[in-house]
Amino acid sequence: MTDGAIVIVGAGQAGCQAAVSLRERGHRGTITLIGDEGALPYQRPPLTKAYLQGDIGFGDLVFRQETYYTEHDITLVLDDPVVSVDRAARSVTLRSGRAVGYENLVLATGSRPRPIPGAHTIRTVADADSARPQGHVVAIGAGFIGLEYAAVASEAGCDVTVIEAQPRALARVLSEETAAHVVQVHRRRGVKFLFNAMVSEVREGEVVLADGTVLPADVVVAGIGVVPNVELAQEAGLTVDDGIVVDPWLRTSDPAVFAIGDCARFHHGAEQVRLECVQNAVDQGSTVAAVITGSAEPHGQVPWFWSDQYAMKVQIAGVTTGHDRAVVTGDPISGAFSVFCFSGDRLLGVESVNKPVDHVLARRLLAANCPIRPEMVAVPGFDLRTAA
Amino acid sequence: MAKITYVHPDGTSSVVDVEPGNSIMRGAKLAGVEGILAQCGGGATCGTCHIYVDRDNTKPLPAMHDLEDGLLCVTASPRQDNSRLSCQIPVSEELDGLVVHLPEKQL
Repeated sequence: MTDGAIVIVGAGQAGCQAAVSLRERGHRGTITLIGDEGALPYQRPPLTKAYLQGDIGFGDLVFRQETYYTEHDITLVLDDPVVSVDRAARSVTLRSGRAVGYENLVLATGSRPRPIPGAHTIRTVADADSARPQGHVVAIGAGFIGLEYAAVASEAGCDVTVIEAQPRALARVLSEETAAHVVQVHRRRGVKFLFNAMVSEVREGEVVLADGTVLPADVVVAGIGVVPNVELAQEAGLTVDDGIVVDPWLRTSDPAVFAIGDCARFHHGAEQVRLECVQNAVDQGSTVAAVITGSAEPHGQVPWFWSDQYAMKVQIAGVTTGHDRAVVTGDPISGAFSVFCFSGDRLLGVESVNKPVDHVLARRLLAANCPIRPEMVAVPGFDLRTAA
Repeated sequence: MAKITYVHPDGTSSVVDVEPGNSIMRGAKLAGVEGILAQCGGGATCGTCHIYVDRDNTKPLPAMHDLEDGLLCVTASPRQDNSRLSCQIPVSEELDGLVVHLPEKQL
């Protein structure tokens, strides 16, 4: 147990969770949570969903009200990012020139969208505010961000085209079965898809494709993935490899420095991965607080993700990438079903559409390492409840 | 503002002034009341904002829809006849004084 000064770089989902969990676990030393935006720490997922739609405002996004931070003695530094880390002196320097010393440093620097010149990307509340859908909308990339944006734009009455370089949507994150359903729901709403299509240029009022096609575009939004913010770690001499490399306790190559959330590359089973999702940010935020306050539990939660598009709720338990067999349960025609994804006989994960109960049970099954085999799921009338 | 009392499993309680329009879940999260996770942010899709409404409550609460009903069957702490998902109960001045009990676990 250490009660030394903790500095957390990045006030997003992971950084904020680390600060909250440290206090919940009884950490008595100072906690400084440093963000580069001016606003109170807030949730990003609604930026391409309810917030973009106008159903909720900024006040609905903040994690905690301002008084929480003062009452819990968490020093919140906003709009003053860390520009350098001096590991020998155990100190960070902010843009304003101020230095803050630490005993343990937590890097929660997040990631940033891959840019396309001329196109909007959505990461911050300011990004969402400046990319409200109108008229002809082109979404570049048929991943979660592009499709969530397309759904909101379509609901707002826009003419929407989604451009994807791959032959299908959501290739990195969802099975063909689930992705095909999602695309079908969009098409029914009039959204157009161009697969195997490359953008050559985004101009004022139009998007030009590599094959010469010109699409009218009042708003262009790119959702083509993110890059981890590793520069600070790199300049400080920490080990970086498409993410800040950490051990199962989320320690970087310097034992006084941790990395969590989108920016961290960690052990997941036999692989080293980076996960860009709320679950990972929250779980690693709590794990790092546990490790700093003296618990030896390594990070090892079941990953999960979600996406809301129209009234459709897609939830993924586990990581289904690389599966070679998919078994569908429920009723895809009615729009409520789950897809169990296996590698051989091993269950990698479960994708659920409008089946939140399946999702909750699947997470429990995966956490308990229940041996669910494809032929069990394929039996008509299979009920997760009896398996969980 | 409406005063909502969150009673923890150990018997202690947190009293929070919740702005009308926010849900019982949001009220707890904004103030940092421990024991409500709300992992999905409030969409009735994860079942981790489970509460037990105080048995003496006489204040009107919104009816339960199918999603909430389904998730309450798979919460980490057992469902009781006064179980609700706190993200599905918007706070109004009418609910001033409501008491809710937090379950042993949400996961």
